[in-house]
Amino acid sequence: MAIANYLYLSAILFTIGAIGVVVRRNAIVVFMCIELMLNAANLAFVTFARINGNLDGQVVAFFTMVVAACEVVVGLAIIVTIYRSRRSASVDDASLLKL
Amino acid sequence: MLTSANLVWLIALPLFSSAILLLAGKRSNSWGHVMATIVSACTFTVGAVEFFAMQGRAEESRAVTQKLFTWISVGSFNVDASLLLDQLSICFVLLITGVGTLIHIYSIAYMSHDLDRRRFFAYLNFFIAAMLLLVLGDSYLNLYVGWEGVGLASYLLIGFWNQKPTYATAAKKAFIANRVGDVGLSLAIMIAFATFGDVSFAGIKDQTENASSTQLTAIGLMLLLAACGKSAQFPLQSWLGDAMAGPTPVSALIHAATMVTAGVYLITRSNFIFDEAPIAQMMVLIIGGVTLLFGAIIGTAKDDIKKALAASTMSQIGYMILATGLGPIGYAFAIMHLLTHGFFKASMFLGAGSVMHGMKDEVNMRKFGGVGKFMPITALTFGLGYLAIIGVPPFAGFYSKDKIIETAFNAGGIKGITLGLATLLGAMITAFYMTRVVILTFFGNERWGHKDEPHESPALMLIPIGLLSVGSIASGFILSKGEGLVHWLEPIVNPLKEHHAEEFLPPIVVSAMTLLVVIIGVSIAVVKYRGDQLAIAPAKVSLLTKAARRDLFQDDLNEVVFMRPGQSLVSNLLNLDYLIIDGLVRAVGSVSITAGSKLRTLQNGYVRSYALMTVIGALALLTVIWAVTA
Repeated sequence: MAIANYLYLSAILFTIGAIGVVVRRNAIVVFMCIELMLNAANLAFVTFARINGNLDGQVVAFFTMVVAACEVVVGLAIIVTIYRSRRSASVDDASLLKL
Repeated sequence: MLTSANLVWLIALPLFSSAILLLAGKRSNSWGHVMATIVSACTFTVGAVEFFAMQGRAEESRAVTQKLFTWISVGSFNVDASLLLDQLSICFVLLITGVGTLIHIYSIAYMSHDLDRRRFFAYLNFFIAAMLLLVLGDSYLNLYVGWEGVGLASYLLIGFWNQKPTYATAAKKAFIANRVGDVGLSLAIMIAFATFGDVSFAGIKDQTENASSTQLTAIGLMLLLAACGKSAQFPLQSWLGDAMAGPTPVSALIHAATMVTAGVYLITRSNFIFDEAPIAQMMVLIIGGVTLLFGAIIGTAKDDIKKALAASTMSQIGYMILATGLGPIGYAFAIMHLLTHGFFKASMFLGAGSVMHGMKDEVNMRKFGGVGKFMPITALTFGLGYLAIIGVPPFAGFYSKDKIIETAFNAGGIKGITLGLATLLGAMITAFYMTRVVILTFFGNERWGHKDEPHESPALMLIPIGLLSVGSIASGFILSKGEGLVHWLEPIVNPLKEHHAEEFLPPIVVSAMTLLVVIIGVSIAVVKYRGDQLAIAPAKVSLLTKAARRDLFQDDLNEVVFMRPGQSLVSNLLNLDYLIIDGLVRAVGSVSITAGSKLRTLQNGYVRSYALMTVIGALALLTVIWAVTA
């Protein structure tokens, strides 16, 4: 199996994630799409590590997982707080920060 | 080396008094006018003491000087603030302080109803100080300070009643017309410095032979421009008529007796330049001749008594300027006419003020008539001044004006005949318009149109007029006795003691001719204005009269040639500034504003649109990278 296929998969996952972020209103779904994009990137990193035959890409993938874990903690806390105060998890309802 | 003397008091006294009056403000309202008058009298006393001291000395040691302080010291250029009192300046010192003191006394009564009398006296004292500095300065630069000082005093006093917009405008007009002349004086000083490296009278006098005739002509013409501005000579004369907006004592002191004669002083003082610059001297003659006729013609048509007298002043100063253009022989006669004119014109102006005082400030002669009955003393003194100005012997004007006419004829050739005839014609017109003034004011039917009879002025006003009348009777005889003034001034203006080799006409013939034209002028006026007059000026008059009523269109000319183009230039420049300079700035501003208001709609608060933009941006970046690397 050609190793490039992993990269294609990564690109497809990233694209699905990006489109999901742009088109979906539910904050939880948007959040999951972001996770999808992060994991697509991770897959690309690991694939590149494999292609290059060193561990650099795998190390970066670990870092990405740590950052993603932190992000989930903070992000979910924000989403829950917004839901409590506004009774809505739609990102379009949280649009007060504008000129 | 000139001996030193204490001259600073002449200037310091009135200057100090003026400062006190201005700084003390309303506190000095009750005693300000008295102090100003006493100070002026003290200044006159100092001047008189200096005069007698000077008379006592030998001719070559008469001039005295005083160095006050080193004013400018830059490299080789040194100017001391020094005063010089010589035979020429003492004449002016006595005239300024003498006539000035009398007018101070007169003003106490004349201005007694004015709330601002103290300020008026402060300005009068300031004027005396500035005028004395003008005639006492020993260099052009010192003279310039006084020159500007009297210009300021004149401006302040013309606009003394500046609550009336027309009066304020008259003050501005005088100031601006004078500025034009002042440019001439400053240019003359600069050229003199560039040529001689010196600006003192003595320094330049010693070096005139080193300068080219072009340089001397340039200096002379610039000095003449200055004299035209200050002395209301053609073509800068238009301000003098409007300057009559000032209180009448001011018209008498500044715009008749002293300040307007500063131009004559300047040319006489610069005789060493004009004697070496024939073209400039010729221009002086032309300007003098034109103005003496110009002023006289305007004088014939004015119904405002003060404006008629102002036109007459213009014309008489034209005589003086013409005399200064006649070379070394003429200067002394110019100064003689200046002194006698100072007396009789001041006396007539004060007489006019007295009439106005008794007639509720009416100045239109068409609304006078028969005033002589009610104001006999004013009428008598005015009459004496009248006889003096038209040159009836043995009054003052006869001696001084005849000498100018005689010298003009003696100038020789076509020039002499032209000038002589011009001065004769001027004398005839003078006789005409002065007779007109006298008849319209003091004789004929009463036309003032209200029941209140005019009343004679208080003694405080009549005494100064009386003393000036004595001057208009006697000054000509005294000054010309044994050619006293001529010999007195010779060391300054005619060191070579030049005389005309041949006389074009014997003096007695000139006198007879002058007297004849004066009689003609008087008779025409008597025939024309005897009997009852209307209280309004006739509307159907000859073209010349119409022109003379409009100051021979000088104001219109100034308006068309200078004012309108100047205004349109200014408004065009203003538009240019608004459109281009301001336009650029405003364009920058409006671009920022529009861009800001457009761009801020991008920040709409929708997270998803931010995300989309991020995606698009990343895609664009990738595309660029791909395009560059591929």
